[in-house]
Amino acid sequence: MEYVIEMLNIRKVFGNFVANDNITLQLKKGEIHALLGENGAGKSTLMNVLFGLYQPDGGEIRVKGKKVNIANPNVANDLGIGMVHQHFMLVDTFTVTENIILGSEPTKGGQIDIEKAEKEVRELSERYGLAVDPKAKIADISVGMQQRVEILKTLYRGADILIFDEPTAVLTPQEIQELIQIMKALVREGKSIILITHKLKEIMEVCDRVTVIRRGKGIGTLNVSETNPNELASLMVGREVHFKTEKQPPKVGKPVLEIENLVVKDARGITAVDHLNLTVHAGEIVGIAGVDGNGQTELIEAITGLIKSESGSIRLNGKEIRNLTPRQITETGVGHIPQDRHKHGLVLDFPIGENMVLQTYYKEPYSKRGILNFKAIYDKARQLIQEFDVRTPDEYTKARALSGGNQQKAIIGREVDRDPDLLIAAQPTRGLDVGAIEFIHKRLIEQRDKGKAVLLVSFELDEIMNVSDRIAVIYEGKIVAIVDPKETTEQELGLLMAGSKRKEAGVSS
Amino acid sequence: MSENRLTNILVPVFAVILGIIAGAIVMIVSGYDPIAGYSALLYGAFGDRYYIGETIRQVTPYILAGLAVAFAFRTGLFNIGVEGQLIVGWLAAVWVGVAFELPKVIHLPLAIFAAAAAGALWGFIPGFLKARFRVHEVIVTIMMNYIALYVSNAVIRSVLSDQGFKSEKIHPSASLRSEFLQSLTDYSTLHYGIIISLIAAVVMWFLLEKTTTGYELRAVGFNQHASHYAGMNVNRNIILAMVISGAFAGIAGAMEGLGTFENVSVKAGFTGVGFDGIAVALLGGNNAFGIILAAVLFGALKVGALEMPSAADVPTELVDIVIALIIFFVASSYLIRLVLTRFKKEGK
Repeated sequence: MEYVIEMLNIRKVFGNFVANDNITLQLKKGEIHALLGENGAGKSTLMNVLFGLYQPDGGEIRVKGKKVNIANPNVANDLGIGMVHQHFMLVDTFTVTENIILGSEPTKGGQIDIEKAEKEVRELSERYGLAVDPKAKIADISVGMQQRVEILKTLYRGADILIFDEPTAVLTPQEIQELIQIMKALVREGKSIILITHKLKEIMEVCDRVTVIRRGKGIGTLNVSETNPNELASLMVGREVHFKTEKQPPKVGKPVLEIENLVVKDARGITAVDHLNLTVHAGEIVGIAGVDGNGQTELIEAITGLIKSESGSIRLNGKEIRNLTPRQITETGVGHIPQDRHKHGLVLDFPIGENMVLQTYYKEPYSKRGILNFKAIYDKARQLIQEFDVRTPDEYTKARALSGGNQQKAIIGREVDRDPDLLIAAQPTRGLDVGAIEFIHKRLIEQRDKGKAVLLVSFELDEIMNVSDRIAVIYEGKIVAIVDPKETTEQELGLLMAGSKRKEAGVSS
Repeated sequence: MSENRLTNILVPVFAVILGIIAGAIVMIVSGYDPIAGYSALLYGAFGDRYYIGETIRQVTPYILAGLAVAFAFRTGLFNIGVEGQLIVGWLAAVWVGVAFELPKVIHLPLAIFAAAAAGALWGFIPGFLKARFRVHEVIVTIMMNYIALYVSNAVIRSVLSDQGFKSEKIHPSASLRSEFLQSLTDYSTLHYGIIISLIAAVVMWFLLEKTTTGYELRAVGFNQHASHYAGMNVNRNIILAMVISGAFAGIAGAMEGLGTFENVSVKAGFTGVGFDGIAVALLGGNNAFGIILAAVLFGALKVGALEMPSAADVPTELVDIVIALIIFFVASSYLIRLVLTRFKKEGK
């Protein structure tokens, strides 16, 4: 069998920390090969070794059978290895073509030959079905399109081997499907792909083989056709993982959150939430399904008081809370796990302990007569860190130093501990690995079982289907349908999210 | 953690050493004797009791100006207006000192309070404009400096004197001067202000690190979005930070008006103390204790420099060059950090 890339017994050490411990990865020509592992398992390190950003401390790399020394990314480029980064490296004010040729501009008489470049970009785009407009400005195109520009960048530089670093993390379900088609087209044209991911569904759907790593060690390589998501998940995490979160039927109580005819405008003054009606009862989890940008963010920010709404009514336990300040709303009994944990959820430069009292610091026992009681604050922090399994060296460590999953656990601990009647969770598991996702889902269901109302917003249909008791589909700022997760399919939800009307009868508010 | 703290201390120390070495090179190149120059500087700053008194007197407003800059900075604001806040504080303190005749226990605190209030008002305006209209505080505070300078000069000419160049001397009941401290230091101009500035440093540390208000101010400084999410009033905290910062600056002015000069005179330009406060805060790592050390250094350099022309024929401008070089090296602390980590690696 011919391998285009062979990474044999790669070892990479940082200080005392072994990031890669004798990992072997062999990529066949024309296959899509998944590299699977939890956050921090060493996937990125391994790929950075291949891309020449790190030098391995042991093992060898062979490209097309020849032993090579990839000293820097330029060498990787010359060997035909290209990387599609998770965080795009594009100049917003440049056009697609200008971004693609950046660093290897074709010139004619000392000037950039932009026409020739545009022609080449158009040809490449058509060949792989990317449908990218070479003259569009980056700032004007969608995230999915920007990712295709990144793909074109590597192809333009003649890459045969493409590394995709968590490419679906930033995409909508539709864009993910399109990306999968693109990847298949690339392989048909003779390219080979390494896909870094921790999403099992994507691996099952698109990959030929998968290499699993756990805590820096290579666990093994499997043929995707001979495995299943459960096996992959337990290989990745090192224990049994339950996808279908176990839960009892909900004991639905009185309405906790009642929204009527709510209208919210976004920052540009455009109506984002349009006469929306929604009720969440005690003891149930209502999931809001929808494509990003249909008013979810504005809805949540209006409920929590982060932005002002135009008209309508928001009641919590019968009390009108619309356009109160965030503090008044918090004190009425609303917990909020924000969508962007770095922007809203944490003060990253505060110790994790001080972050645990972000909404309660002014109350006893954390503050007495205006003076902070650090003993009470850090006692609380230690209790939450233990209870919610936040892995941190200690409670004095800055929140910035924690991994995404542990930051999220800290936020959830803080919000749940305040024991709010309504818990709003916006994208609570974005970017997290299966272990952390399982933990967070359990906690949300625990709140529900304690008789609290939970409002979950997520772009992951699996999560919505799995955790919710009722699903409210949002489209262009309105709840267009309310469905029972047990009686619906992803296809039906996908159609509703895309704006098509419900065919069967159902409850619609 | 402790290793990090060590680096935080080592960086400014190295910056100072590098600045002194670079200053020596400048002296050699210009044909002066650096050893004689620095000996004169050292003697001029700490050589006898008189010089020590003068140095401490100079350190006093530097501490307060440094605290003012640092306080705003910790809340995410860049207060370039310390100079202007200092000038209005100076004016207000002398005004109260001249206009009233009261028992010392009332008069002196009243004069200092007036200075703090004037500085606070001068800080409130840019704070309010930032909170209400998102006007950048750097622009406003720079302009407020000029307003302070010329308004103060106009008031001195037309209100505090009869078209003269300086006000009357303040009543002794408002003075910070101390015969005891003067006799201790061979009749230097040392006054009680140093005690006030040290208390102010403790107040700043306590306020920021130990109180609920300080928690909010720091949170807003690091992340306004998260503070808003947590229910804090971001705009109120921005204004509050500028008001407190301005109050520290105003008290710095009171030190000059009630202690060093006991009057206020028409100024041709800025005093420079407010701007030096930026450097003091930077060198002191925006930390109350660090600011005291940095202020001592700056005070010693300023006062010691006066001895350099007579004792070593070195022009005082060279001291300004050394100070500038130190600031340069502190600002490029990234470079020093890089060298330090390199050394540590090789040591292993």
